[in-house]
Amino acid sequence: MSILIDKTTKVLVQGITGNEGAFHTRQMKEYGTNIVAGVTPGKGGSVFEGIPVFNTVSEAKRRMEIDATAIFVPPPFAADAILEAAESNIKIIVCLTEGIPTLDMLGVFHYVKSKGSILIGPNTPGIISPNKCKIGVMAGYIHREGPIGIISRSGTLTYEVVYQLSNRGIGQSTCIGIGGDPIVGLKYVDLLKMFEEDEQTELIIMIGEIGGTAEEEAAQYYKISRKKPVVAFIAGVTAPPNRRMGHAGAIISGGKGDAATKIKTLEEAGITVVKNPAEIWQAVMDARQKRL
Amino acid sequence: MKIHEYQAKDLLKTYGIPIPKGITIKNKEDAIKAWESLNKANLVVKAQIHSGGRGKAGGIRIVNTRKELEEYVSHLLGSTLFTEQTGDEGKPVEYLLIEEAVEFKKELYLGFTVDRSRACISMILSSEGGIEIEKVAASTPEKVVVENIEPLLGLKDFYITRALVSAGIDAKYFRKIALVAKGLYRLFIEKDCSLAEINPLVITANDELLAVDAKINFDDNALFRHPGILSLRDYKQENPLETEAAKYNLNYIKLKGNVGCMVNGAGLAMATMDLIKLVGAEPANFLDVGGGATSNMVKEGLKILVSDKDVKVIFINIFGGILRCDTLANGVVEAARELHIELPIVIRLEGTNVEEGKRILKEAGLKFITALDMGEAAVKVAELLGKKEING
Repeated sequence: MSILIDKTTKVLVQGITGNEGAFHTRQMKEYGTNIVAGVTPGKGGSVFEGIPVFNTVSEAKRRMEIDATAIFVPPPFAADAILEAAESNIKIIVCLTEGIPTLDMLGVFHYVKSKGSILIGPNTPGIISPNKCKIGVMAGYIHREGPIGIISRSGTLTYEVVYQLSNRGIGQSTCIGIGGDPIVGLKYVDLLKMFEEDEQTELIIMIGEIGGTAEEEAAQYYKISRKKPVVAFIAGVTAPPNRRMGHAGAIISGGKGDAATKIKTLEEAGITVVKNPAEIWQAVMDARQKRL
Repeated sequence: MKIHEYQAKDLLKTYGIPIPKGITIKNKEDAIKAWESLNKANLVVKAQIHSGGRGKAGGIRIVNTRKELEEYVSHLLGSTLFTEQTGDEGKPVEYLLIEEAVEFKKELYLGFTVDRSRACISMILSSEGGIEIEKVAASTPEKVVVENIEPLLGLKDFYITRALVSAGIDAKYFRKIALVAKGLYRLFIEKDCSLAEINPLVITANDELLAVDAKINFDDNALFRHPGILSLRDYKQENPLETEAAKYNLNYIKLKGNVGCMVNGAGLAMATMDLIKLVGAEPANFLDVGGGATSNMVKEGLKILVSDKDVKVIFINIFGGILRCDTLANGVVEAARELHIELPIVIRLEGTNVEEGKRILKEAGLKFITALDMGEAAVKVAELLGKKEING
């Protein structure tokens, strides 16, 4: 198994002829993702890398069967692109765009939910089920298929963790970036639930960072469920308070969201928190050993 | 992005929110003119810096005579103010806001911000406004009322009424406070704020409302559609190295240690800093070159690192997903040659085109120390620092 996406997932790319969209469409295709259509307003009727391009999402949806969409649309227009996908009833929407104004996302978040669609991101590296399907910008070759589910708020830190695991022969079921922005679609709790139901996944890694309360909410949920072991890492223990550290989300405010609070809350819920980012693989091995 | 109090008040005014009578000055002559045109006694002089805690740091004072005003203005203008929020570098005082002091019956708090987990704008109202609002919120949370506004509804009247009733505010002020709340909400939406607060919002002796202090922050991601707001940016309130970095789309934050770090991606950058600390060293900065860094950005990043005199060792940790390792290696080699960097550089490279990247580094004939993984790299950094201490 794996969660959300697999070999059968039929993918649309919004912004397929833009710089980013074009580059990553080729990369995804090479990885084996089944890309069935693209959208770029004004380029309808053309073909990109053998993929038919449409002017609008609804037209693409009428003509092709589509399960998921990858959005590579520049920040000023990305919120609209998400709404367009949800309005056309696309079930899984992955928005890779970084830098969308926060207020644009408020209405988007609630509309997507009301349509029963799932939003991943924005400002995410995307989602990958190794050897099956990749909807995102991560380097495919570092992954291998296996029993570990990864949920992360960071891009390159996730690559780091994946690399540590793959190098030691530990594969992944699905790796998903929830996105670094203040407002994102799926959060840790939603994904913990999915991984708990997934037969392939034995252990879940949560990679968090300072700011917001998403990790604390996950801890609250896990305290009760505890279905599968969870290993976590929180980046930003040494970050000075009240400073932005790149992700719009990483802001410490009012005593909430700092690393110490997050680590304590996670540990109290029964989650193993790793302190050394170079040793996440070790904690995973230990946790699996304990289970055997 | 942050702005000054006087700029925030100008914005409030355009949204129909009453503010005290005042004048912003940047030299002593204008201060005297302000004295003449204001009520000539009982004036508040407020240092304009991007930081809270100004009062406790000596940046706000009431003056009653012209002499007092002149003395305080000469003392404050051109000085550097250190508050609990500015850190050791402090903030330069270039502008002063001179206002007529206000007699008031009550101080309220009114603010709007984004609630991330609920994905909505929240309105916060309290009848116990003033500098201790955070203590009030912590010790008596029932005195701080929060209304979460449905994005599809916007700030409807019932939200305001409900908040006013819960906060225990006298009904005779409802209409006036509602007007202020609506104005502030409209500003928040129209200008893409991340925070808009009036603290205190006072009820004067004549039962009028006045915004005595205000703080407005903007969403950096939305500045592209607000050129007017962008023009309010005061670069002198920001760290010069950070400003320089921003020019090249680099995200740099100065810290206190001596290990200069360059990493791609904010999460990995923070994890790298945490790791440096774990091996007993201190990061000198946070520097995220981003996913799409070019060799020029890498070069500019290195320039900023070496311009920081505290840096003793440079640690480059790159996981190239989108950023290719050969691009990075070229940037590092070019910068090291051009800047004649003598500091030891520990490099850990992984990801797309890593072999090519390693070859470039090797063939450059420069003294780079490479490591297989970030753990090993951090240990090498610590070793170098240890040796330095022994030698020096």
